[in-house]
Amino acid sequence: MKLVYFACVRERVGKTDEEVALPETIETVAQLIGWLKTRGEEYEYAFEKEGVIRVAVDHVHVRPEARLAGAREVAFFPPMTGG
Amino acid sequence: MTTTIRIQSEPFDAAAEATALTAGRTDVGAVVTFTGLCRDEGGRLAALELEHYPGMAEAEIARVAAEAERRWPILGQTIIHRFGRITPGESIVLVVTTSVHRQAAFEAAEFLMDYLKTQAPFWKREHLRDGAAGSWVEAKDTDDAAAARWR
Repeated sequence: MKLVYFACVRERVGKTDEEVALPETIETVAQLIGWLKTRGEEYEYAFEKEGVIRVAVDHVHVRPEARLAGAREVAFFPPMTGG
Repeated sequence: MTTTIRIQSEPFDAAAEATALTAGRTDVGAVVTFTGLCRDEGGRLAALELEHYPGMAEAEIARVAAEAERRWPILGQTIIHRFGRITPGESIVLVVTTSVHRQAAFEAAEFLMDYLKTQAPFWKREHLRDGAAGSWVEAKDTDDAAAARWR
């Protein structure tokens, strides 16, 4: 699965994207964030305000309880400020 | 019904885009054009850097445009959003809508802008005049409230 990061999340994680092999126990977006936070202090820092971080699966906004089955690309970013 | 969506770093010509939506047609009775500009925030700002999520930006704006088409009898819509470094006075975003009567074009343009601000994956970072590294622009509750009134 490909993970991509934008804006302050990208800066805190320290990379734009990465390929990860998820443990089979990770089934939802919320579980994925919980797992990422165990991977190092840069992830803990990036996801410290967990409720604020937005997630998209395959280019579609999703909620934390969304399931990851079949997902190819999961994106993490702060609330959007375009327009 | 024609929908044009472009994500680009280069500037756009708002008047030309409005003309393109009405050229050769005699059924259009209203054209609404909204252009969002980069402000200098009282002289504090040297530029905005706009980051975006390529692929999703186009897809999300297309979903918002499809929703506008479902809700209002619009004849055409053009949405352009820029990315990269944009200096005060320059344009950031363009929404043009056309319809037979003005209400649909006005409302659809406002809906599109409200949803672009809260749903399209773009993020603004400030670059300050004094050379300091600016921070990411915080999302505003007022923008969420503006989008919420269309639900």
